Amino acid sequence: MDLKNQILTDIENASSLQGLEDVRVAAFGKKGAITELMKDLGSKTPEERREMGAAFNILKQELTDALDTRKQMLEEADLTARLTTETLDVSLPPRPVASGKIHPLSSVMDQIIHIFGGMGFTVAEGPDIEEDFYNFTALNVPAEHPAREMQDTFYLPPGATEQPYVLRTHTSPVQIRTMLKGEPPIRIIAPGRTFRSDYDATHTPMFHQVEGIVVDKHTHMGHLKGCLEEFCRLFFEDPALKLRFRPSYFPFTEPSAEVDIQWKGDKWLEILGCGMVHPNVLRNCNIDPDVYQGFAFGMGIERITMLKYGIEDLRLFFESDLRWLNHYGFSVDARE
Amino acid sequence: MKFTLSWLRDHLETTAPLDTILDTLTALGLTVESVENKAEALAPFTVCLIEEAERHPNADRLQVCKVNTGTEVIQVVCGASNARKGLKTVLGRPGVVIPSTGQALKVGNVRGVDSFGMMCSATELLLGTESEGIVEVEPNAPLGESYAKLLGLDDVLIDIDITPNRGDCLGVLGIARDLAAAGLGKLHPPSLAVIRHSDLAGCDTVTLQCDTGVCPHFTGRIIRNVKNGPSPEGLRKKLQSVGLKSISTLVDITNFFSHDRARPLHVFDWDKIKGNITIRASQEGESFEALDDKTYTLKEGSTVICDDTGIISLAGIMGGKSTGCDETTTNVFLEAAFFDPIQIAMTARPLGIISDARSRFERGVDPASTLPGLEAATKMILELCGGEAGDIMEAGAAPSFNTPIRFRPERVESLGGLKVAPQRAAEILTSLGFEVTGSGEAFTALPPSWRFDIEREADLVEEILRVEGYDKIPSIPYGVRPEAKPLSPLQTRRFRVRDRLAGRGMTEVVTWSFISPKEADLFGGVPESLVLLNPISQDLSVMRPSLLPHLLSAVARNQNRGADAVSLFEVGPQYTNPTPEGQHMMAAGVRAGVFQEGNWTQKTRPVDLYDAKGDALAVIEMEAQGDRATPSWYHPGRSATLKLGKEVLGYFGELHPRIVKAFDLKGPVVGFEIFIDRLPLPKKKTTAKSKLILSPYQAVERDFSLVVENAVAAEIALKAAQKADPVLIQDVTLFDVFDLGDGKKALGIRVTLQAQDHTLTDGEIQDVCEKVVASLTRATEGVLR
Repeated sequence: MDLKNQILTDIENASSLQGLEDVRVAAFGKKGAITELMKDLGSKTPEERREMGAAFNILKQELTDALDTRKQMLEEADLTARLTTETLDVSLPPRPVASGKIHPLSSVMDQIIHIFGGMGFTVAEGPDIEEDFYNFTALNVPAEHPAREMQDTFYLPPGATEQPYVLRTHTSPVQIRTMLKGEPPIRIIAPGRTFRSDYDATHTPMFHQVEGIVVDKHTHMGHLKGCLEEFCRLFFEDPALKLRFRPSYFPFTEPSAEVDIQWKGDKWLEILGCGMVHPNVLRNCNIDPDVYQGFAFGMGIERITMLKYGIEDLRLFFESDLRWLNHYGFSVDARE
Repeated sequence: MKFTLSWLRDHLETTAPLDTILDTLTALGLTVESVENKAEALAPFTVCLIEEAERHPNADRLQVCKVNTGTEVIQVVCGASNARKGLKTVLGRPGVVIPSTGQALKVGNVRGVDSFGMMCSATELLLGTESEGIVEVEPNAPLGESYAKLLGLDDVLIDIDITPNRGDCLGVLGIARDLAAAGLGKLHPPSLAVIRHSDLAGCDTVTLQCDTGVCPHFTGRIIRNVKNGPSPEGLRKKLQSVGLKSISTLVDITNFFSHDRARPLHVFDWDKIKGNITIRASQEGESFEALDDKTYTLKEGSTVICDDTGIISLAGIMGGKSTGCDETTTNVFLEAAFFDPIQIAMTARPLGIISDARSRFERGVDPASTLPGLEAATKMILELCGGEAGDIMEAGAAPSFNTPIRFRPERVESLGGLKVAPQRAAEILTSLGFEVTGSGEAFTALPPSWRFDIEREADLVEEILRVEGYDKIPSIPYGVRPEAKPLSPLQTRRFRVRDRLAGRGMTEVVTWSFISPKEADLFGGVPESLVLLNPISQDLSVMRPSLLPHLLSAVARNQNRGADAVSLFEVGPQYTNPTPEGQHMMAAGVRAGVFQEGNWTQKTRPVDLYDAKGDALAVIEMEAQGDRATPSWYHPGRSATLKLGKEVLGYFGELHPRIVKAFDLKGPVVGFEIFIDRLPLPKKKTTAKSKLILSPYQAVERDFSLVVENAVAAEIALKAAQKADPVLIQDVTLFDVFDLGDGKKALGIRVTLQAQDHTLTDGEIQDVCEKVVASLTRATEGVLR
């Protein structure tokens, strides 16, 4: 028992993991004190062996437990000591990951598409360089209409059909292409580039619009109001946003309306034009206006982007200035 | 269209408050642009009399005046040269704000003399007129009277936006009619004047010849022995109140009818007309000096009014200088006519003439107002200028454009979304001047002569809706269950491409679709068919053949602002011809200078070809063949074309040094262009991914260092290694490229081996390695190091 106490004291006094290992070897190693004792066991009678064996097992267990406990304690102390010396400056900035920005116009188009998408609209497209027919004639814009003035419309040399080519002045020609291609019911939006010959603080020669059109047998102005109210409230993220529909005039709609919103203040701000598709437009697209009807709308994407995000200078949209893009642009993960 | 509240009240008896009138105008589609109450700013300025004016003791140019305000006499120092004893002028007292400066007046001391007010010029009062010296008020103006009131400015000025279809509202009467229909009061239509003529000598010696093809209806009459001069106060103030200049009584009368009834008229000095009056179409190259002192050269086919000497008026647009009326005019020829709106627009537009007559005839003047207009104006001329009127000369007849429209009142609800009783619908139309016949479900409505824009049922629906108010239309939630995703896979790709490129650190820009021919030429040029006929400037005169030029210019601008790491992309169109097939949707990007700004964890490095390759592959997301031949704007040795079969998907590489120089860029500059709509859409119809089999057996890696000529493409070696044993070789990667000099390089190739059904034995591994070496050396003529 002296041996046991001696070993337990040695364990208790071991101050390092190596010291503890030495104690373990001295007891349980090949030539260890306990190992030696065990060797004697073979020369005993079976009865003595059983008795002593049991006592040895208890001793062995007791010492092993003491060794483990001490080992755990010493490891813990070692780790604590190490951790006090292992420090890094956590205030240093993290490793940067490459991060570019999405242009606000793309982000807004994405938002527009998803809002109207939720109402059952799909996206249609048409070319930027349009034939006069799609841009004007089919839309019931007569030859003498002011919109056809050279000052407003960019012209290209006429094509093989003698039809003048124009840079589309609105996204409305997509209405015509869609109606000529398909059958009602039609429900599309058409975002895209548009062009007008105007360049000052509030006009750029290229800008973006989104067009929408619904043609079926029963859609009326009440639906138009509901559709645009929902869009504006979702887009401007204001469920109480006030809208005002007031009569207006467009050659391609009848009745026609312009829509104002009351955004951040009590002033009405005009944001879009709309109306019921003009019977002549339907007829031009081989759709019987006595059977079908529907609404159409068009709005400037830059305009609603500026309003929503408080962007003041229109021209900077097209300047590619990284300072502006980093400020007004959107991170990839900002997409919903 | 500007009008005052008091002018409106000439035609509309109403008790409605201003706000109601303004809201109703907008609700009717006559959108209120601005409301101005000049009286507010001018209210404190009153009429005063200079009783004495003496030279300032210490300044030659100043006078010290004793000024009678109507209640007291005060001292005012004045620098105006026209300040003089006996002059009635306009006074502001200390505390009032001078409109031109926004500053409040104080009691002043000018070179030792106290001044208790300021006598004002028209400029200082913001009355818009060029003025020398202080305002000279007419001698009989009452002292102390508000100057605004004296000017007739104590009235609210309303400016409304008139849509192109509402020419009738370019007259105050038309506006009043709309307001009355909307229930804001009672309309007082002007009474019809009929003038008895006297038998004037000389009239029958003149003939009127009118080509009714160019002018459907022309009327006129001579009025003799008129006295022209300044207009009487009432007429003058009325015109001034809406910003019209008072010229002379005769001219003012025509302007009055133009503004009041949307009925333009013209007065010729009869004595300046030589011979007979002819209305005809102009011939190419004829010229004409107009009242604005400019000479216009006409194209063929404009309507002109001529005497025997030539053109005396550009019909419906502007009168001629040679026959204009002035104070000496005693005999006048008054014209009222109907001109074709389209013809007026086509004539005036290219000439750039803007006039009140043009804007009205262009939108359409009531064809039935020709004779009543002539009579009413005659009546006013006789009243204000005296004289005797001659017989009416007339050619053609008032055209009638409108036909009855069948109208189903239920269409107001089924098209307009608002339920309106048939009786109410009829009432509205009648109040707007329509002749309604029938009742219940079977109406017929004949539009009034002044409306050119009503042709069909839908137009009638709009009329009823706008009078009832669009705000009354109940809003119905719109939405049907989407049948499809809003974007097609092709369209979705454009948004994904944006996300992916931004995720790679590039920033999206949006640039013009047009560029300068010089830049276009650097990128292959454009055909004649893509040259704009009327560009906004030479720099934006052709449709771009590539997105790169604008991207490169954008890089240069950002570099000039000090940015070192510039990487930009755009998803947008480029053009090869004007047909829809010639317009390609592209994704293109450029990186210049360094790849990201350096930071504490990582030094920066210059961008290179492999950045652009990574960008390009991120866009195409598929395997493509490479081809060394690239367009001229790429570095010939450091670029490649990506192809799928024969179809070009795009290019990537370093930009040609010539391009870098042309755009004045700090290099290196790399870029890519991908025709994103040419990328094939994924074919699979299933959403399931290919089956993954995970081998439970150990994989082993073996590295090879292969020495080859520089010209040998690494891809050849990698493919050769893979081919050595397609079953056991799971992966081949290039872990190093080392330049050995002497035109040779070492490729470090790592091959991963694994079997699905057992652990590879040393012998198997040895066999595969030997096959890899053989395949590598055979394919590349290289040696293993």
